[in-house]
Amino acid sequence: MTEIGTGEAIVFWVCAVLSVTGALGLILSRRTVHSALWLALTMISLAVLYIANAAPFLGMVQIIVYTGAVMMLFLFVLMVVGVDSADSLVETLRGQRVAAILLAVGFGVLLTAGLGSALSGIPMAGLDAANAEYGGNVEGIARLLFSDYIIAFEIVAALLITAALGALVLTHRERWRPKLTQADLMRQRIASGAPGPLPTPGVFARHNAVDTPALLPDGTLAEQSVPAPLRARGDLRPVDIGAVEETRALTEGEAVFGPTVTPVADDPGASPGERS
Amino acid sequence: MNPENYIILSGLLFTIGALGVMIRRNAIVVFMSIELMLNAANLAFVSFARINGTLDGQVVAFFVMIVAAAEVVVGLAIIVTIFRTRRSASIDEPNLLKY
Repeated sequence: MTEIGTGEAIVFWVCAVLSVTGALGLILSRRTVHSALWLALTMISLAVLYIANAAPFLGMVQIIVYTGAVMMLFLFVLMVVGVDSADSLVETLRGQRVAAILLAVGFGVLLTAGLGSALSGIPMAGLDAANAEYGGNVEGIARLLFSDYIIAFEIVAALLITAALGALVLTHRERWRPKLTQADLMRQRIASGAPGPLPTPGVFARHNAVDTPALLPDGTLAEQSVPAPLRARGDLRPVDIGAVEETRALTEGEAVFGPTVTPVADDPGASPGERS
Repeated sequence: MNPENYIILSGLLFTIGALGVMIRRNAIVVFMSIELMLNAANLAFVSFARINGTLDGQVVAFFVMIVAAAEVVVGLAIIVTIFRTRRSASIDEPNLLKY
């Protein structure tokens, strides 16, 4: 029979507080990414608790499998699903949240009180003898795994292969149309009528704001030169009517460029749509 | 400190995980809460192994970890598939079988 030393007690209390904090953060965070990071904190604290609890092998496996593989898988799927997908706070079933919290509090009180009274003052055998029998913790686990639990071990191997195949089957997507080749993409671009790049925004380098449409040589506005999101919002900056006239005059050879050209703008606030 | 503190902590974590399963609507968070419950059970297994003085509890915890890893792979694949067709990761959305 062994006793728990002061050092282990300190480790326990620190890691217990950390793991409960992480668990509460997991269920209370609005954002899924924050939940995943809180869960990683809980997993690491639990790994430390395993190591303190005479299970160094399981502690290492916990770090490698859970915080390494499983949590990375969760974060990867979060990237696919959308990082900023927050939970909606609308209750589908009325009163479900209150009922769930009451149920959980009752369950927790029953569980911890029952376990605490049933196990209080229980003698602890300790694992020193069991570990020493085969020369260490890893050796002892290996001895059990490959003799008493060999059937379970084989079944688990089959389970892992099935899980890998299942993931492949579930995430497989049939390709319904042939893959586009480079020649197909080229044909699509030519057929779209605008094979080259779109005109750049700005008017003859005097305005280079992205929401200022470019001017075509005849003075009309090239609305395609404004990025599509701005166009969809209707955020075209009205072009000074003087610049429009000047461009037309320049391209038709009627004027020289310079400060002498001062066309009179009838209506400077005119919207670009009315010009074209 | 007594060894039952580990078991009580495990019960506490299990309760928090169960609460997360009940109150959260995002399928991924529900899944993470299930992982938390599995981990709480693992902590109890490890502690009982130490109390009883045999390594069987640790072997069982090891198997739980393997099964949890397989479960995560399949479950996340299902979530990704549902997200692809329904554009949502909420567990209230897939109610097509209801009608």
